Amino acid sequence: MKITEKFINTGNKDTRSGFGAGLLEVGRENADVIALCADLTGSLKMEAFAAEFPDRFIQCGIAEANMIGTSAGLALSGKIPYAGTFAGFATGRVYDQVRQSVAYSETNVKICASHAGITLGEDGATHQIMEDIGLMRMLPNLVVINPCDYNQTKAATIEIAKHHGPVYLRFGRPSVPNFTPADAKFEIGKAITLAQGRDVTIFATGHLVWEAIVAAGMLEDEGISVEVINIHTIKPLDKKAVLESAAKTGAVVTAEEHLIAGGMGELIAAFLAKELPTPTEFVAVDDLFGQSGEPAELLKEYKLSSINIADAVKRVIAKKLALSK
Amino acid sequence: MAEITKLQEIASQVRRDIIRMVNMAGSGHPGGSLGSADILTALFFSEMNHNPTKWNRDGKGADMFFLSAGHLSPLFYSVLARSGYFPTEELKTFRKLGSRLQGHPSVERGLPGVHIASGSLGQGLSVSCGAALAKRAAGEDNMVYVLIGDGESEEGQIWEAALFAAQHKLDKLIAFTDWNGQQIDGPVSSILDLGDLEAKWRSFGWNCRVVNGNNMTDVVEAMRWAKSTAGDGKPKMLLMKTDMGKGVDFMQGTHHWHGKAPNSEQTANALSQLKETLGDF
Repeated sequence: MKITEKFINTGNKDTRSGFGAGLLEVGRENADVIALCADLTGSLKMEAFAAEFPDRFIQCGIAEANMIGTSAGLALSGKIPYAGTFAGFATGRVYDQVRQSVAYSETNVKICASHAGITLGEDGATHQIMEDIGLMRMLPNLVVINPCDYNQTKAATIEIAKHHGPVYLRFGRPSVPNFTPADAKFEIGKAITLAQGRDVTIFATGHLVWEAIVAAGMLEDEGISVEVINIHTIKPLDKKAVLESAAKTGAVVTAEEHLIAGGMGELIAAFLAKELPTPTEFVAVDDLFGQSGEPAELLKEYKLSSINIADAVKRVIAKKLALSK
Repeated sequence: MAEITKLQEIASQVRRDIIRMVNMAGSGHPGGSLGSADILTALFFSEMNHNPTKWNRDGKGADMFFLSAGHLSPLFYSVLARSGYFPTEELKTFRKLGSRLQGHPSVERGLPGVHIASGSLGQGLSVSCGAALAKRAAGEDNMVYVLIGDGESEEGQIWEAALFAAQHKLDKLIAFTDWNGQQIDGPVSSILDLGDLEAKWRSFGWNCRVVNGNNMTDVVEAMRWAKSTAGDGKPKMLLMKTDMGKGVDFMQGTHHWHGKAPNSEQTANALSQLKETLGDF
């Protein structure tokens, strides 16, 4: 079956709404779940939780550093705080608080970061953080998760409550294709192979997983056999899945809505450089800030769309062939 | 008053511990530690409801203490050891490779008494807000204590937390400011003047008192007052006027000993001024 027939978009939805729905559900399942927000309750889709559990919702105001510290204090006694704000504020603005009070102190805080990446859109570069994965994955003890669509974000939001330890959960603002089955199990650290292939592997994360599926569909039509793997958990990286697939295809493309520096691609490339040097192409932003625009326009402008992924696949296959000669 | 005399004797030993630990390590922060010694001695040996031998990191069923000014670790470790959290022998390992007594407090090696890492300033007041919220949610009556520095109060996060604690009526949160007027580079007033701290905390919605933080009677009395007002809907701030380096004449009242270790001669001089009351570690 063609990859584009296997994965059907059941309707565009925003991943932040997946977070909101997951938060409500995990709140119903687990009375220790507490939600905190820094004056962005609507943007983070936390209203339903706040309405149903007013005693477990803490409005922190525009004071993110204090929100992270307060979350750490709550976690000490067994609460499971979900602290939500925009990805830029949840990382760069409070890096030291996350480092000391959450990661180093191993407090069970879930940092829930919306509006990540360039597809934030019209608000422009001040809000389009593309460094957050790098910042967060550098911190020991922190799990870093970047789900691909509404259903996966919802499942991840529910699942992280069961993991005892700090988590960075990254999601976005725009409506994007929702294709993960609603009942799909989310396993932290377990990559999902969406399509088996022989010629090349695309490792994609977040919104770019759909772009990778579309790219793979186009390439299939040209007779290129593409393996597509959803790296929803960037840390801990599923090294076994990465190594096995790279060994099989011998060519790698990584795709993410992030800078090359510090991103998933760099992580995979560093791992493979040590274990199995493999020709690699990066679909990511190279050392630039973003700008205002519509999400789809921005993906094209910054060469993050399915066409760019397909081009990268052709480049890396050419590299592979050149090396084999 | 027998109780006060006893606390003063403990504080003298704690000050000896601070000097000896910093000297043995060859680094550390003696100035603020000496200045706040009376505060933490009163808290750990008289006013706090805690059970050192049954300590849990979750703090359930006991008062919790957070050291936001993590560089006062020699003082913190001394009162923890002296009140029974771990053997005083372990104080010898301060700042040494593999020690649970890290330069700044850490939890990764499981030192009893430490709930969270501190050292990067400004974070402990926020953490204590979270702990106080959790205690309230659990229906506990226990208090949450936190010590911050006056220099530390230049951090914006302190004032975020100040607003938050008042907004959420955290009236079982009792904060102390070690108000010694000194920071690394010199007097606080010459660096980033905090002005009328008492008026500031009051205007932020806190119940506030200025206390002679080196007078054990005043310190104990102020803590009892703060606890007695637990139901008033306001967090408490005790502004403890202290002398940096208190108890050692050549260290007292100056920022020069904020983060410097005394050599052996200076250590002998300092120890000659501090009575050994519980036996050195």
